[in-house]
Amino acid sequence: MANFTPISAAVGGALIGLAAVLLMVFNGRVAGISGIADGLINPRTDDRLWRLSFIVGLIAAPLAAALVDHPVPMPQMPANYAVIAVAGLLVGFGTRLGSGCTSGHGICGIARLSPRSIAATLVFMAAAIAVVALMRHVIGG
Amino acid sequence: MPALASLVCGFIFGLGLVISQMVSTTKVLGFLDFFGIPGGTWDPSLAVVMATGLAVASIGYALVRPRPPLFDRQTRWPTATAIDRPLLAGAALFGIGWGLVGLCPGPAIANLATLSPGVIVFVVAMAIGMLANDLWQSRALAQTERKLAGAAADG
Repeated sequence: MANFTPISAAVGGALIGLAAVLLMVFNGRVAGISGIADGLINPRTDDRLWRLSFIVGLIAAPLAAALVDHPVPMPQMPANYAVIAVAGLLVGFGTRLGSGCTSGHGICGIARLSPRSIAATLVFMAAAIAVVALMRHVIGG
Repeated sequence: MPALASLVCGFIFGLGLVISQMVSTTKVLGFLDFFGIPGGTWDPSLAVVMATGLAVASIGYALVRPRPPLFDRQTRWPTATAIDRPLLAGAALFGIGWGLVGLCPGPAIANLATLSPGVIVFVVAMAIGMLANDLWQSRALAQTERKLAGAAADG
């Protein structure tokens, strides 16, 4: 487990949990990123301002980190843009069909002990683990 | 005020992603690669992120649950309870996309800050996927309404 970074993971995780609690304290909203983002672009919503400012804050964080010399590396992405586009479509369509993603179900939902969120988290984790196993050890291996 | 509050929340959330390195697709895929456990290459960091995130969110939610929010009239706790087909199918599709690249919506959006062309393509595709689902669901809703109207007319 040479890549394991437990301390930064624990601190970062706590901040994510704190952000979720504060959004509930201030605005009474669940911090589900896919739901917040969808509400921003869905033509049927009429409360875009708080959603937009959340997204701005989310993008500002890595910029602020870079300003104080915290490393913000370029993410490793597949070379094939078709794979990236298909993955993006699946993530967008799937998170809305399933009403949530890693934050909305995985953190906020499980914290509320919602059986729906526990089921969704088990399913998306299992699907992702299966895809990585297939890509790295069957096709790639 | 609600906009300023959510700006602060988004910023703290983003800092959490940067500090925990969950913006790194390598870290995320390193966790999802369970076949790396025997070889010692498995990276359990994501599990620790979830554990402390859940600990803070569970305690915090329990404390704030009975109170109304500061900048709105009411808290909006999700009310759905059914473990139905859309939930499970949606989670499966999302998991496949997540496993392909290692990006879920939060880190994908935060990574826009890097101006990585791959991330921009991913986020645009993700937005199209979301809109496609919105359109599909509103059509399904309209169809149900028409059917109900028809049933009522049949009387």
